[in-house]
Amino acid sequence: MSTFLGASVGRKLVVGISGLFLVLFLVVHLVVNLTLLAGPETYNTVAHWMGTNPAVLGMRPVLVLGLLLHIAVSMYLSVSNLRARPRRYLKVDPAGGSTWASRNMFILGVCIILFLALHLSSFSIRMTFGSVDMVEISGVLMKDAYALVTTRFSLWWYVSLYSVAMVLLGLHLAHGVQSSLQTIGLNDHRWRERWASLGLAYAVVVAVGFAILPIYFFVQAQMS
Amino acid sequence: MKIKLKIWRQESAEAKGGFVSYDLEGVSKEMSFLEMLDYLNSTLIEGDEEPVAFEHDCREGICGCCSLFINGRPHGPAGETTTCELRMTQFEDGSEIVIEPWRSRVFPVIRDLIVDRSAFDKILQAGGFISANTGAAPEANSIPIAKHKADEAFDAAICVGCGACVASCPNGSAMLFVAAKVSQLALLPQGRAEAKKRVRKMVAKMDELGFGACGNIGACEAECPKGIKISHIARLNREFLRASI
Repeated sequence: MSTFLGASVGRKLVVGISGLFLVLFLVVHLVVNLTLLAGPETYNTVAHWMGTNPAVLGMRPVLVLGLLLHIAVSMYLSVSNLRARPRRYLKVDPAGGSTWASRNMFILGVCIILFLALHLSSFSIRMTFGSVDMVEISGVLMKDAYALVTTRFSLWWYVSLYSVAMVLLGLHLAHGVQSSLQTIGLNDHRWRERWASLGLAYAVVVAVGFAILPIYFFVQAQMS
Repeated sequence: MKIKLKIWRQESAEAKGGFVSYDLEGVSKEMSFLEMLDYLNSTLIEGDEEPVAFEHDCREGICGCCSLFINGRPHGPAGETTTCELRMTQFEDGSEIVIEPWRSRVFPVIRDLIVDRSAFDKILQAGGFISANTGAAPEANSIPIAKHKADEAFDAAICVGCGACVASCPNGSAMLFVAAKVSQLALLPQGRAEAKKRVRKMVAKMDELGFGACGNIGACEAECPKGIKISHIARLNREFLRASI
């Protein structure tokens, strides 16, 4: 095991596997978010279930561990990569074959971490530890997550930041998904284009799916 | 034709280098890139100046000796071409050509445009071989190998070890080189016996030498003069995973 984690290829496997785990998490997160469109009762019920179900709560530490592993190992590798090329070229004119996102995964990752800090302090941390208005649905008293979210989504600066962050997340995923599959060895000359297309499609669905909600609620707030 | 050259000059490994510009007249479109440098050197020698040191040997694209980062790309602008195969027809009359050595912590500059690529030899010495007794060549059909496997092994085996993958990778990673060497042996039955040990040792040596980690960026593949594909890197990853569990 020490040989595995001591090798760059092993560390990359950790980044790839944790990345794919986060890719699955984002699907769940997006589905939950989309229930906002079904109205306060549905969203609050789902949010209440997510906040009380033992299986979901049990997954939280796993999620945090996956995220921290992904961040820590990527950062370690990025720093060692910088050391591998101490002097830059005077002129660089790459042939293509590499995307902007693939060359800037570290910067994209840092931007996503910064957004994540704002995002968690706005929602998850407040829902778990902060004081949130209560609402009664079908005789059950629960936190009014819908009001918390829609209030945030009526702020122009938050919606703007959120939308930009989703574009950056989309770029990170457009390379990240296919890169993770390549890292765990699931690639050859036949699957390459398929994985690239799948990764791109996933990135677009996730970025648009997440970004559309704050924009929708912001427009709705302006019209009312 | 007349060209302007901007070349990295460095007296020794310890010396601080810098770019020096040269105006060169009388360059023929029919010249190869290295012939153009030979011509530059002859004019420098005539003028009692030190010629530019650059590495070359076969001049037919198979030895991997020539390198040079030309106008922002390893081996110049032609694509799937080594510097020795590059012709001056690729450049316009009056154009400026920037020539730099490979940039990598693991490939230190020895002099001018020559870098020390012995790190690649060390990786091969760590496991890029088959421990079999040599002798007379065996009968070719005694071990049947599927056509597609033989083709893939050959595609990997055409790596000349020039280092363009390291030179072009933003991370300074040698994964395409190591993957090609691991692949060519892993795909053949003769190489399977030591496959696990080989991939572990070669990756460990690559890391120990200080190459960066692969980010699946794809710049190496785009610049490889032999067109080696990064699907070989996926095979290395599979081999490494298989060797670790």
